[in-house]
Amino acid sequence: MSTHVPETETETDTEAETEVEHSEPLAPAQEERMRKKAEARADREERARQEAAERATGDDDTVHLKVFRFDPEVEGKQEPRFDDFHVPYEKGMTVLDALIYARDTFDSSLTFRHSCRQAICGSDALFINGRQRLGCKTQLSDLDQPVRVEPLPHAEVEKDLVVDMDHFYDQMEAVEPYFDADELPDGELDEQRQTRENREKVKMSTRCIWCGACMSSCNIAAGNNEYLGPAAINKAYRFAMDEREGTERKQHRLNILEQENGVWRCQTQFSCTEVCPKDIPLTEHIQELKREAVKSNLKFW
Amino acid sequence: MSQSYDRGLVEDFGRWREFSAGMWAWVFHKFTGWVLVGYLFTHIAVLSTAISAAGQTQAIAAENDVYTTVITALESLLVVRILEVGLLAVAVFHILNGCRLLLVDLGIGLDSQDKSFYASLVLTGAIVVASVPTFLAGVFG
Repeated sequence: MSTHVPETETETDTEAETEVEHSEPLAPAQEERMRKKAEARADREERARQEAAERATGDDDTVHLKVFRFDPEVEGKQEPRFDDFHVPYEKGMTVLDALIYARDTFDSSLTFRHSCRQAICGSDALFINGRQRLGCKTQLSDLDQPVRVEPLPHAEVEKDLVVDMDHFYDQMEAVEPYFDADELPDGELDEQRQTRENREKVKMSTRCIWCGACMSSCNIAAGNNEYLGPAAINKAYRFAMDEREGTERKQHRLNILEQENGVWRCQTQFSCTEVCPKDIPLTEHIQELKREAVKSNLKFW
Repeated sequence: MSQSYDRGLVEDFGRWREFSAGMWAWVFHKFTGWVLVGYLFTHIAVLSTAISAAGQTQAIAAENDVYTTVITALESLLVVRILEVGLLAVAVFHILNGCRLLLVDLGIGLDSQDKSFYASLVLTGAIVVASVPTFLAGVFG
């Protein structure tokens, strides 16, 4: 049984998060995204104002959710279907809040993953209104109704909104996602310092929360199970671009990436970059690794 | 072990409304690429009539050699004139989007990739519209 009390859960974290990031110097890409977010926020506030006005006139303010249901273990539920839920709307309610309310109030068999509810754990990537989004980071006021909630595409559905993530995790492990320097410092307690510039370079790539949204949105990964996928390549980027690891280790990483189903499968559709809930410029990272791979194979200069 | 349910592909064209700019660029680039490959064969077939026409100086001077007759016959068809406009559209888009992809490969302006896609679409449209008088000259006369 869930311990969540829906009444007290208003999601303000996503907004706080974007405000904090304003303090650092921003890349043009980041600025652009921030501007879009600010616009979205203004839009949201406008809608909230309208909704408040509507609430003053009528009092039946509910959100209509259409949720994908499927349970292979119950005979009557083996045929996938959509269930309708009408959840009372509260200001700042996210899709995840609504799902939690629906589960706790209407149907305790509704199954979905969630944990931190603040876009850090990466458990609740869902296909909401035709797009991969984090349930906890998506405001209901931003969506057209009815809100369609489906499990992530291109993954096997286990039950309701839960998909099998094993393949995604396998791909993530395949790029050896851990720091492994060629040489360790002499003293046992010596730190392995990174320059500020280098940290800035890998900054965005470190923000991956392993939610699988990019992998699910990728057309190529859908048709080719051996393709590493945007998340894994981004993970590899984070370590390959880390100057502390040394050339030998970097060469080893590039050897993994430049194989047939590595970086070269990417056809720059930008789907992953569009859906990433942490705004990681995935395509940019993949393209940079392509250039690195070419550079490491050109021996004549 | 529970059995899983396969829901098909998101890329089904039934969901085209959900495609983003980058996806459309990819779809169009593939499509125009295949059209150009197809055109290449027709192009070679038509041009190869010049082989049998070669050397027939008299026929060429009288403008009734194989090559000239084939070309004039084709150009007199309205369908061919309209297809030529289509071919130009396909080629121009493929060229412009190819330049866009070149920039993407070099890592230049990846944040405005959607804008450069729209720009190539608009530019293609403008060039095609401007070419219509040339391609359809005398057809309706």
